[in-house]
Amino acid sequence: MEKFTTLQSRAIPLNIENVDTDQIIPARFLKATDREGFGNNVFRDWRYDKDGTINTDFTLNDSRYSGRILVAGDNFGCGSSREHAAWAITDFGFKVVVSSFFADIFKGNALNNGLLPVQVSPAFLSDLMQKIVSNPETELVVDLENQTISVKDSELSENFEIDAYKKTCMINGYDDIDYLINNKEQIEAFEAQKIY
Amino acid sequence: MSKTLFDKVWDSHVVSTIENGPQILYIDKHLIHEVTSPQAFNELEDRGIPVFRPDQIVATADHNTPTLNQDQPIKDVLSRNQLEQLSENCKKNNITLYELGHKYNGIVHVMAPELGVTQPGLTMVCGDSHTSTHGAFGAIAFGIGTSQVAQVFASQCLLLTKPKSLRVTVNGKLKNGVLPKDVILYIISKLGTNSGTGYFCEYAGNVFEDMSMEGRMTVCNMSIEMGARGGMIAPDETTFEYVKGREFAPKGEAFDKKVAYWKTLPTDSDAKFDKEYSFDAEDIAPMITYGTNPGMGIKISEMIPVDENPSFKKSLAYMNFEAGESLINKPINFVFIGSCTNSRIEDFRVAADYIKGKKKAENVTAWLVPGSKQVETQIIEEGLKSIFVEAGFELRQPGCSACLAMNDDKIPQGEYCVSTSNRNFEGRQGQGSRTILASPLVAAATAVEGKIIDISKQLN
Repeated sequence: MEKFTTLQSRAIPLNIENVDTDQIIPARFLKATDREGFGNNVFRDWRYDKDGTINTDFTLNDSRYSGRILVAGDNFGCGSSREHAAWAITDFGFKVVVSSFFADIFKGNALNNGLLPVQVSPAFLSDLMQKIVSNPETELVVDLENQTISVKDSELSENFEIDAYKKTCMINGYDDIDYLINNKEQIEAFEAQKIY
Repeated sequence: MSKTLFDKVWDSHVVSTIENGPQILYIDKHLIHEVTSPQAFNELEDRGIPVFRPDQIVATADHNTPTLNQDQPIKDVLSRNQLEQLSENCKKNNITLYELGHKYNGIVHVMAPELGVTQPGLTMVCGDSHTSTHGAFGAIAFGIGTSQVAQVFASQCLLLTKPKSLRVTVNGKLKNGVLPKDVILYIISKLGTNSGTGYFCEYAGNVFEDMSMEGRMTVCNMSIEMGARGGMIAPDETTFEYVKGREFAPKGEAFDKKVAYWKTLPTDSDAKFDKEYSFDAEDIAPMITYGTNPGMGIKISEMIPVDENPSFKKSLAYMNFEAGESLINKPINFVFIGSCTNSRIEDFRVAADYIKGKKKAENVTAWLVPGSKQVETQIIEEGLKSIFVEAGFELRQPGCSACLAMNDDKIPQGEYCVSTSNRNFEGRQGQGSRTILASPLVAAATAVEGKIIDISKQLN
């Protein structure tokens, strides 16, 4: 897993609530057996019409916006457990998703792929959206060590929560498998004395 | 200290706790399928890690399988490749696989309970969010991502922070025509799609106690649609009776010993939950959704609410519905009865009971997709197939089918489908398709009438 410490970048606003994993990556693209290439089809049915024409109204196709941070509406990533959603977002180039609320499974999948979910207050999210829309060149700074997200050259800043263990994993690029395998003996001991 | 059902099962599976961090939770059963497992197998292979407990894994092919001509080679190259990889991976790692055509093949959340793999007090995971289904037995069951599938392959454990507890109680007598699907759609419509996020939900009250195991599975299945990682119902005589005698259930004395343990699992009377809701069964009516998330549901007799939220308006625009209008008499051209929510024998009995002696409307294409080979066999043996065929319904072979439209079972652009599945997201059943979630009874009635009707009026 790629390490994450700080990121300064412009951001792309996606001002829609309840963005589900079927929008992030529709099921028809889940036939692949590797992890690469899903970025081509991220938000496929919002980016393109059925005949393949680019939907210029959609934020990812809006030339004013760019950057490695996606700023999305409330309850981002609800729906299925497909990790392909996290793969598609990272493959497209994002390193951070900001929202006022994340669905559980998506959040876990993101953290397992070096994609940082930053949960902010609804008020901060709304301010952030406005800033980016009014000035698409707005730069955000995400500092994982200090758990802050701020708008560069402004007073706008907020702390965010992250599980201490997951934070260490992200900063060092570790994943859970390493940890679990190193605890095999403990697991075997547990198996030997299961009470149920 | 008093404990909830969830606490009891969780606590008995904790291997250890990382200071200020997550816990190592032991997983008893790992269910896998073709779509979310290949990358996990690849990861293990790349890192040279063996599968730790292959005998605790059960595999099936379901998401990406055709529902016609299952005896023929699969035409779609990518789908075929995915199924071949599953077979190869299972063979290489000594994992039991019920592949396409096997008498135990079926949707993972239908076949595992059917075989007695699902039992009270277990921890179960699968790379599929509807794993919550198995909570109907009093198991902790939840969906995981592919990285976690790899973790369970490698260690039979996961690193998790214990979720908070939530209880939804429904007491009273359900009205005629109100099915388990209506109960859960009603709950989600009241609580919203993220009320359960961060929680594990227990369903309590006489409504769930009186439900069959299949009804309980329908309810727990949709826990994830209100954000809860899982849902649970306390195991009782109904549960024990269901499990008894199934292929992988304990037998004889071993079964009795298990039952004695399972009887200790229900929530203690003075246990506290982090959040509680309760509803009256009498307030629930046959439900239907009008929007693009499962929380956007109303009683069929109600009007679509008015809301100025832009996401709400976007949703209605996608569905081509107006705020304030009724859905009654809306013409419907597609009906789907199937999915891990509603594809068990009781669902088809309800549908057949309504359809018997009637014909589907001419404008309607009606697909019936059993959840497993065993359900398919039951449909035939109970004589339901002839009722369906005479009425003009199409009985297909088992699989996830039009619930997520990974295979060829897609609803065309712009068409409405009254569906017994679990998600009405944009394009879920095919690009541009519009899904209306409902019970098998409402779906059957829609197919016969060719439009949405108020089923409660017809029944009373």
